[in-house]
Amino acid sequence: MMRAAFVVFMGVALTVSAIAVVVSKHRSRALVNDLQQLAWERDRLETEWSQLQLEEAALASPIRVEAMARGRLQMAEPAQYIAVEQP
Amino acid sequence: MSRRPAAMPNLEPRDVSAWRSRFVLLLFAAAAAALLGRAWFLQVFNKDFLANEGSKRFERTLEVPAGRAAIVDRRGEPLALSAPVESVWAVPRALLGDAEKLPLIARLTGRTTAELEDYLAARGERSFVYLARQIPPAQASRVMAVDAEGVFTQREYRRYYPAGELASQLVGFADIDGNGQEGMELAYNEQLQGHSGSRRVIRDRNGRVVEDLAEFTPPQPGEPVTLSIDMRLQYLAYRELKAVVESHDARGGLVLMMDPRTGEVLAMASQPGFNPNNRRGLELSGLRNRGATDTFEPGSTVKPLMIAWALDQGVVTRQTRVATGNGFHKMGRLVIKDAGGYGDLDMGGVLLKSSNIGAAKVGMQLGAEGIWDAYDAFGFGQRAEVGFPGEADGVLNHFTDWGDVATATSAYGYGLAVTALQLARGYAALADDGRLRPISLLKLDAPNPVERQVVSATSALQVRRWLEQVVAPGGTATAAAVKGHAVAGKTGTVRKVTATGYTEDAHLSLFAGMMPTERPQVVTLVVIDEPRKGDYYGGQVAAPVYSRVMHGAARLLQIPPTDLQTPRPDKALTADASKAVRS
Repeated sequence: MMRAAFVVFMGVALTVSAIAVVVSKHRSRALVNDLQQLAWERDRLETEWSQLQLEEAALASPIRVEAMARGRLQMAEPAQYIAVEQP
Repeated sequence: MSRRPAAMPNLEPRDVSAWRSRFVLLLFAAAAAALLGRAWFLQVFNKDFLANEGSKRFERTLEVPAGRAAIVDRRGEPLALSAPVESVWAVPRALLGDAEKLPLIARLTGRTTAELEDYLAARGERSFVYLARQIPPAQASRVMAVDAEGVFTQREYRRYYPAGELASQLVGFADIDGNGQEGMELAYNEQLQGHSGSRRVIRDRNGRVVEDLAEFTPPQPGEPVTLSIDMRLQYLAYRELKAVVESHDARGGLVLMMDPRTGEVLAMASQPGFNPNNRRGLELSGLRNRGATDTFEPGSTVKPLMIAWALDQGVVTRQTRVATGNGFHKMGRLVIKDAGGYGDLDMGGVLLKSSNIGAAKVGMQLGAEGIWDAYDAFGFGQRAEVGFPGEADGVLNHFTDWGDVATATSAYGYGLAVTALQLARGYAALADDGRLRPISLLKLDAPNPVERQVVSATSALQVRRWLEQVVAPGGTATAAAVKGHAVAGKTGTVRKVTATGYTEDAHLSLFAGMMPTERPQVVTLVVIDEPRKGDYYGGQVAAPVYSRVMHGAARLLQIPPTDLQTPRPDKALTADASKAVRS
């Protein structure tokens, strides 16, 4: 009787663990997939970041800034100015 | 069942021979044995081979590229930056087979259909050809959207140079595969490059990665390089240099700025230059970072260094006067000339008038060995070791090779050759109270340690005060003055050596100086190579560049004006302002 119960128990345990293996394998693949999605996302963000850096550098280029300041905004260095020294 | 004949008289089982059932059993046993045997054969004998074949079909090693690190200036502004781009590649035979989509692919990669066909047909044997390299990700995804056979993309990094021509020779450039070719890109290639990693994966039929295997080598990204350059000063130097090179139709030029208190180079501009983002039609002369690779005779700009040494050695004092007479002095077969007859001059006067005769006389008192010691102590003839590719050593022949003529001429800067870095280092030592420090092109956390005390602080300060007179009204370089600031400096006009010896019509126009005189924060050297239009004297060509660059530097580096006046009440000022100065 004990023996039979043991066999049944082991049989159930075996089945459960077999299913668990399948489930965890499936999950692992799903996670790999997620990981890849995130890696792509990171890549995309990295691309955007470097493009923004380049854009910023292009917009903030001293050549461009000076041309705009002198040309469009009609700016010039002051010939005379007062320097203030804070204690 | 329904087709079975309706009348079947006898449904009783008939006797069958016993051998038949045994035969069937045997057949089953044999089949089972065959299966087991086959399984055993595959699992045991062929296991490795089969596992291998499986891996070959589904396991792939993917390269994980490590981006090339950035080069930034001391304030973090990018000078060289890698951005991800896509390269489109194809398996020629597969793509040729997809005749329907070929024209579209051709158009998107900038070819005619016939061109693409020829291109692919010529490479029919290969399994990898590039269709387009380093194109923006958006364009690559348009190509991929066509969904043609045998077309793939690959992630790569492209190098951009946001600063463009401003610092082109210093930063240098890397080739399409990300290998440094010139400048700092070459010098720090290893550090910038990093190591790409790899991962081993299982891919399904559609190319999707379904499982990461244990093998994973993470990419090691390169280390960014932070230069000591300040882009704001670099731009200033570039702008003023370019303007003067154009207006005087010069062959080229350079502006070098450094911080004497740390040894860091703050700006290093050269002309001619090039655009590192588009290197088509690039001329070799534009590649040279003149500040490091070119040597020249320093001429009058060495006089302050030599006199500081003579003063420090006690060979001359503040009161010593030398006779320069009417401006002509014969020494053996050498005739030394001054621009005028200055009579008796003290050391300040020798510097103020830039008297060659005076310098030669002080030099003769020092002797060949003394002059050589001075130049050696100020670092001439020793490579500045800033780690720039192709950096020159300069030339300082040993004094035992000098005759009287060489001794006299070396006292006013002929017969030796220096790089701009070496000359600036010498001036930095003068600026930093006689302390010579190594030069650095990289931003430093702490000032470079002092290599040696070349002259005493008092001697250095004395010479700087004399040099302030050079720039003051009545000096030889009033054009170098900076309004509101006490600056010191020295001009130089050097005849260039040609195949036939020193020439009358090719000159280097120099100016070297520092600001503010009492406690210098910036040392600047301006060299204009062969001004061919208008003036060529250092005081007329290089000095104005110095003045404009220093004026900007004072503003950018927040150097307070030195002509501080007594505070005076001013309604426009706020209450917390204690001092007001007009400059």
